[in-house]
Amino acid sequence: MDKYFIYLSVVLTVIIFIPLYRVLMGPTLYDRILGAGAIATKTMVLILVIGLVFNRLDMFIDITMAYAILNFIGTIAIAKYLETRGYRKK
Amino acid sequence: MELIHVIADIIVSLGAFFLLVGSIGLIRLPDFYSRAHAQGKADTLGVMLIIFGLLLNQLTGGAYINSVKLLIIIAFVGLTNPTGTNALVGAAFRFRLKPWFKDEQGGKAENSDNENENKEEEKD
Repeated sequence: MDKYFIYLSVVLTVIIFIPLYRVLMGPTLYDRILGAGAIATKTMVLILVIGLVFNRLDMFIDITMAYAILNFIGTIAIAKYLETRGYRKK
Repeated sequence: MELIHVIADIIVSLGAFFLLVGSIGLIRLPDFYSRAHAQGKADTLGVMLIIFGLLLNQLTGGAYINSVKLLIIIAFVGLTNPTGTNALVGAAFRFRLKPWFKDEQGGKAENSDNENENKEEEKD
């Protein structure tokens, strides 16, 4: 059963690398922010699975909660900033 | 291996499938709004399913405080991930980022047209 979660962490690492294309090549700024949020959301799950593999889930859960709050606050702050100011091309 | 572990593994695999679908939608869909749709719904469901599977896995070990914390994380993700995506889409919509229509652009995804239109609007 521990083998299953090791395989799952490898699969999640592969899945995390897919939205990196949208972060690097995105046409607009909003696409890049969306890709960064997607990467952060998937990293949260990866931290939990790695905690289960290491058998120290009680420590990794707190890290995950802090990471989730940080991700949410970052996205809301960037959205509010772009809403008031807009962004200029090039 | 107990039955609840099998159920937890199946739920976790389903969540990983939804995460994969959300990532593929993020790079394959033609428009920012449709990409936000893929990220806001499929990713939220995948994350909630995976954490629910881990909760079922932890429930048998007698560590109930871990299960309660995982339940709090499920509620937090289910509330905040669509809210953040909605705020970002609202910012893009107020900046007048043009949505993608199939009839106007001949069924092809051309985001450079959107940028040119936005530039013209800014000059006005």
